[in-house]
Amino acid sequence: MGRRTPLYDLHVELGARMVDFGGWDMPVNYGSQIEEHHAVRRDAGIFDVSHMCVIDARGSRVREFLSKLVANDVARLTTSGKALYSCMLNEQGGVIDDLIIYYIDEIFFRIVVNAGTRDKDLAWMRQVAAPFGVELTERTDLGMLAVQGPNARAKVAELLPTQHRDVALALEVFAGRQLGDWFVARTGYTGEDGFEIMLPALAAEPVWRALNAKGVKSAGLGARDTLRLEAAMNLYGNDMDETQNPLESGLAWTVSFDNPARDFIGRKALESLKASGPKKKFVALVLEDRGVLRGHQKVVTPAGDGEITSGTFSPSMEKSIALARVPRDTGAQVQVDVRGKLLNARVVKAPFVRKGQVLVK
Amino acid sequence: MSNIPADLKYTKSHEWVRTLSNGNVEVGITDHAQGALGDLVFVDVPEAGKALKVGDAFAVVESVKAASDVYAPIAGSVIEGNAALGDQPELINSEPYGAGWIARFKLDGALPGLLSAAEYQAHLEAEG
Repeated sequence: MGRRTPLYDLHVELGARMVDFGGWDMPVNYGSQIEEHHAVRRDAGIFDVSHMCVIDARGSRVREFLSKLVANDVARLTTSGKALYSCMLNEQGGVIDDLIIYYIDEIFFRIVVNAGTRDKDLAWMRQVAAPFGVELTERTDLGMLAVQGPNARAKVAELLPTQHRDVALALEVFAGRQLGDWFVARTGYTGEDGFEIMLPALAAEPVWRALNAKGVKSAGLGARDTLRLEAAMNLYGNDMDETQNPLESGLAWTVSFDNPARDFIGRKALESLKASGPKKKFVALVLEDRGVLRGHQKVVTPAGDGEITSGTFSPSMEKSIALARVPRDTGAQVQVDVRGKLLNARVVKAPFVRKGQVLVK
Repeated sequence: MSNIPADLKYTKSHEWVRTLSNGNVEVGITDHAQGALGDLVFVDVPEAGKALKVGDAFAVVESVKAASDVYAPIAGSVIEGNAALGDQPELINSEPYGAGWIARFKLDGALPGLLSAAEYQAHLEAEG
């Protein structure tokens, strides 16, 4: 039996198909995954993301610690509540995990890391934190909900006390704020607007039911995966891991070399890679033939072979889409070995879908 | 609980077999199998004339989650694949034992030993 979130019993009651995900028993769908996907693109859906690990980092040198720990620059965080997406690298420039950091104040930052990497992340972070005297606290007392879709924020706001409602609706993109017992952030993993809410574990179930009653559809990890892939958002363990660096994983935008004095872990390795020129690039693919692209399929190009890192059927486009790591000189057309057949695919600009709109012609 | 019609035969790999009035057989995947796969988005049906032994993979069903082979429960040759699945793979979700059939076969010899509905039910329970 895997670990359970505070919402486990509710998922079972709602008829979810439960699967193992990074050691957790999580809902993959509650019926039709495609309907859950469309609900998020067109209206609002709710996901249990309580398996993700919330870590509070406190101490007078917490900003220094984070500038060392992650490849993006926390100097970008100057307004309380603002969030930063980054990778945490090893000395070789490989990705230990991707994470979100919320700046609360100069002695308190909140970090959210992936569920499946929780133990190794904490061990690594504690090791890096020790010289800075930063204390890391795992917030296992919190549940976490992601409410996503064009109508998600309005539906959540209806549940908030009046004094918090306008504040929540005024949150900027990629910013959060503590509102009573809830930490509400305008973040997500779907390509839609919405909130992620960290709240006391016991409050998660009544909030879920209240949102269901307002028409917010329960959505599982299956829809979460098709939504994030349409939005061309990376999934740790599929699209990057400790053997891959952010520059060849479509994550160069999350690495900041701006401050030459900032010696973040992995910087030297990435600088020498930059100097020699990355050999691979990370691309988005649309399958032109019939079939479905999947992770680990071989991409065949005149410049050499590559690999699909994530692939699926896009419910919004009704075509198969994928992310892939391919040779640097790959052109606009590739072929993919799908179960022994070479199928044609086209390199396109990511993302595929954003805010309900298909962006790929 | 998944639906297991009493008049069909089954395999441990979750195919069903219906004997048609002309002696040919129709094959599909069970309600349990479609439920486990989730929404079907692509089906690669076999071409007419393809000869198969018991246990050969003859079709591929792909859901949003994963691809899965469908294995021949019988030895024989394909008479036709279900062309309707090209545009409507979801028929396997909505009518796994009806419009969602995958292929029809001409038997090569007699029908092999297959599971009855009760035996398939017991197999599902044993699989947990």
